[in-house]
Amino acid sequence: MNPLLISIAVKHLLARKRQSIVSLFGIVLGVAFFLTISSLMLGSENDFIHRLVDNTPHINITDEYRNPRQQPAETMFPTAALDVRSVKPETETRGIRGYIQILDYLRAIDGLKASPVLAGQALVSFAGKDVGISLNGVVPEELNTVSTLHSYMTIGSIDDLIANPDGIIIGSELARVMSLRVGENLNVAATTGQIHTFKILGVFHTGRASYDETQAFVALKRVQALLDRPNRINTIIVKLNDAYQARAVASEIESHIGYKAVSWQEASEDIMSTLMIRNIIMYSVVSAVLVVAAFGIYNIISTVVMEKQRDIAILKSMGFHASDIEWIFVTQGCVLGVAGCAVGLPLGMAMMTAFMGLSFRVPGNSDPISIPMDWSWYQFAIAGMFAFTAATLAALLPARKAAHVQPVDILRGGS
Amino acid sequence: MDTLLRAESISRRLPGDIPVTLVEDVSLEVHAGEFLAITGPSGSGKSSLLYLLGLLDQPSTGHIWLNSTETTRCAEDRLADLRLTHLGFVFQSHFLLPEFTASENVMLPMQRLGKLGQAQIEARARDLLTDLGLHDQVRKLPKQMSGGQSQRVAIARALANDPHIILADEPTGNLDTKSSGVVQDILRGLARQQGRAVIAVTHDHAFAEKADRIVTIVDGKIR
Repeated sequence: MNPLLISIAVKHLLARKRQSIVSLFGIVLGVAFFLTISSLMLGSENDFIHRLVDNTPHINITDEYRNPRQQPAETMFPTAALDVRSVKPETETRGIRGYIQILDYLRAIDGLKASPVLAGQALVSFAGKDVGISLNGVVPEELNTVSTLHSYMTIGSIDDLIANPDGIIIGSELARVMSLRVGENLNVAATTGQIHTFKILGVFHTGRASYDETQAFVALKRVQALLDRPNRINTIIVKLNDAYQARAVASEIESHIGYKAVSWQEASEDIMSTLMIRNIIMYSVVSAVLVVAAFGIYNIISTVVMEKQRDIAILKSMGFHASDIEWIFVTQGCVLGVAGCAVGLPLGMAMMTAFMGLSFRVPGNSDPISIPMDWSWYQFAIAGMFAFTAATLAALLPARKAAHVQPVDILRGGS
Repeated sequence: MDTLLRAESISRRLPGDIPVTLVEDVSLEVHAGEFLAITGPSGSGKSSLLYLLGLLDQPSTGHIWLNSTETTRCAEDRLADLRLTHLGFVFQSHFLLPEFTASENVMLPMQRLGKLGQAQIEARARDLLTDLGLHDQVRKLPKQMSGGQSQRVAIARALANDPHIILADEPTGNLDTKSSGVVQDILRGLARQQGRAVIAVTHDHAFAEKADRIVTIVDGKIR
């Protein structure tokens, strides 16, 4: 760009320091808020996905079928027009059949760890209080490889279940509600009517009150006996080295074993789409800040164009082209955009850092939480590009108006 | 004498419900080294004629030749280029850019033309201002100078690209008698000593008397 035009543009802006600073301030705030809010959005989204990926199975295989099982007649006559009526399902013990073979198949897949679980409803009774819980029968040796429960243990360890098969691990909320302590005995009644007394070996605390109150873990064999479902499980927890492969792997597993395999992406599809909608709303709101700032720039440059009609006329009479005049005012928008980015980006960075240091308590969460922030170079690029483009476009309209000023019209107006 | 500028039967009418004729059927030749004064009563069309001759406005009918270039069919950018290289303007008010120093104002046309390097441009601006007695005003802003000094800076700016023709619209209209005399002498000198054509619109009979030729406009026509 012609340095002469830049110098004229800069002098125009410097001649109106106060207005220029006000419109610059708009861009600075716009950029800083854009950066901060987008980092907050990205941080909370990543944090959410991270928690989702870490704290839930990457793939959950359950004892259900996605589609009804094909009738033998349909298999026998695939092209025939069959009408099978009044099909009465076989009464059988629910659960995943042949889970040992399925586990062998799963463990043969690279980068995959799997562990069986039998979960069922139970009632715990202690000191006259009854609380319904979800009793999870697990293989303690394997649970650590597919779950993050061990990282939430506050007292004891999951491995204690290996040494004591009649042990139980409960959540901190359940312990609090029922005034339970490690080492005490707990009566657990299954829906089959069987009652078993477990010794409390450990307590976990995830911070999610409902989970900490309703989940308990015991050895798989004990749950199978308690629920009267020997050699059955109803869930296989799968963890992958690459969590983002879960959808493809789940599909492959399901097509191989027939049981429903749900990836974490599928299980959270509603949440993921909610996240996307939330992002669209937030980005729209934050972008509006920059659009408002752009109106500020439009305002200042329109004012300059109005005030500089005489200068425009004299420049044109000297021999400046209409495009030169247009560039002078577009350059003013560019200068404000660049300056806004130059100040706004570091300010945004400072705001992000400040937000990262904040922590507070929210209802439903027993631990103080800090604000998750995350950023990458493309957020800075988007903020910068958006601000620069908005500032330049805001300048374009008055610049075109300036370019069309007819010197004679102004000069005829006299001195 | 070389004819630098020739207008042939030019008219300028402003369209509208009631059309206004600013200039009507004017033919005129301006030669190198000639000092031409255009006089006439207020509203007679003197300035309109000057703007037409200065290629700031286009005639509704007729033709204007600048040197050998017929200008009425030129595009806006071409006319701007012709103004930049061949014409210099001085207006009643100095019309200096207020944010630029005297020197920077003079440098503007040269920087836009881009034929000289920055050092040469600065030296020429300084020389032009010195020639007009403004060697101590080089770094001053227009608001720090008197009206006479500002008008001399405007003349220096008009001379920056060494144009053949200087067009002045009431150049002494806002000046006191002393400053007015100085500016008149400078403009006359530009024609007599430097061989440029100077076309000056003026109400001032004394100023017009100093011209080689006087053209009087009444109701848009040469009388």
